[in-house]
Amino acid sequence: MDTVLRSRSKTVTIGANQPFCIIGERINPTGRKAFAEQLRGGDTSQVASDSIAQVLAGADMLDINAGIPLVDEPDLIKSMLRTAQAAVDVPICIDSSVIEALEAGLSVYEGRALVNSVTAEDERLEEILPLVARHGAAVIGLANDETGIPETPQQRLECARKIVSAAGDYGIAPEDVLIDPLAMTVGADTEAVTTTLATISLIRDELGANMCLGASNVSFGLPQRHVLNAGFLPMAMAAGLTSAIMSTAEVCVQSVRAADLLLGHDPWGGSWIAAHRARKAALEQAATT
Amino acid sequence: MTDEEILQLLYDETLIGNAPAVIDGVNQGLAQDLEPERMLYDGLIPSLEEVGARFERGDYFVPEMLIAARAMQGALDILRPLLAETDTQQVGTFLMGTVKGDVHDIGKNLCNIMLEGAGFTVIDLGVNVPPEKFVEQIAAHNPDVVGFSAFLTTTMPMFKANINALQKAGIRDKVIVMVGGAPVTQEYADAVGADGYSADASSAVKKAKELIQLKRDQVPA
Repeated sequence: MDTVLRSRSKTVTIGANQPFCIIGERINPTGRKAFAEQLRGGDTSQVASDSIAQVLAGADMLDINAGIPLVDEPDLIKSMLRTAQAAVDVPICIDSSVIEALEAGLSVYEGRALVNSVTAEDERLEEILPLVARHGAAVIGLANDETGIPETPQQRLECARKIVSAAGDYGIAPEDVLIDPLAMTVGADTEAVTTTLATISLIRDELGANMCLGASNVSFGLPQRHVLNAGFLPMAMAAGLTSAIMSTAEVCVQSVRAADLLLGHDPWGGSWIAAHRARKAALEQAATT
Repeated sequence: MTDEEILQLLYDETLIGNAPAVIDGVNQGLAQDLEPERMLYDGLIPSLEEVGARFERGDYFVPEMLIAARAMQGALDILRPLLAETDTQQVGTFLMGTVKGDVHDIGKNLCNIMLEGAGFTVIDLGVNVPPEKFVEQIAAHNPDVVGFSAFLTTTMPMFKANINALQKAGIRDKVIVMVGGAPVTQEYADAVGADGYSADASSAVKKAKELIQLKRDQVPA
């Protein structure tokens, strides 16, 4: 089951037999005060530099979120998307809880976008799925509903089933629904990550769906977050996770690419070796100039 | 052990989140007639305040704060009935909930634990709480503070809706309103007419105490 996303000229395929899809998380004003202030003042220059930096660091796609209190989010996300699309040529994940912002984002997006996100709540399904269908986009479905975040993998699977089935009613194919199995913070609950891993395996075995999660959640409130994220991602990949919205810190990207090779998604280590040569060449270049 | 040694033990063991040792310490204190108030105010509370200070400085991390607060809770479960007997003034009652349309609860739960650890009685209404439920529960429990939590820019407007509902029910002035959540700012809290905002669980405790004190000073009991 392959999910195909496109930018102006590039195609990214997410699937169980594909290399893992790294979606850069950085373009999100939540918790970035200076960035939020710039955006509030209409300055999107940081969006361009963050886009370029993340793609250079190894992002296959970028997540773009414009969630700032008391701003015109539809307007802002449009201008952020225009800036990002001018800076880089990778597919984008349009991230908002505001329907109008998703709609505005889709209206200026060139290619086939990923919409982040819908939940298993009836109201959200009815509002967001028609939008996704109309724009021929793919969508992330969060495995929670009106009652909150389910504690057990089985309950999360039921939410996932409901989303895939509702999407089908609007003509959205199962491969165009990426389930978010919900990564919770291990700092607040020692069993949080084992539950997420069990959920990933269950969804892979029962639905065969592609999945995407916000990987950095797992390390919230702890020191050396990148190292924890880098430890978590290969475990999640082995359980069946096929993409993540994540940090493009070197340790995280390297650990994902290592797991790609180890799990048989990088035949004969072609990408791994090519990346090594590119780094070596860059170092030699730097030494001679 | 001397009383001082027990107080030091309560302080030290709470600081590292050693719940069984804290409970043993409290029982030992009670066995030798150490006043519950002294254990609370000279051992446990200063320890948790130090935990909060370390967290704010970036020296302590979330799990350390959680286990310290849980150790404190274990002690409070034993001490609370005894403190009630001696008519100690309650720190306060805090009614908490994530607003309607929002199911995020990690931050809210952290606040609950820190508040309980600091001696508050916390009533948690859970997630996706509609305005009418807040109104009904405020009427039922008469809390000092009500806390609204929201994680999304789409659900933050519920702060205002909740405050309007309190006004309409005529109970806005009876309760201190605090708001919080990842996208929330002081500016936004002011704009919706909340009494207080804090960026994390540890400063929420300080803010709540400060606002309650302010209110008690204004209205002499």
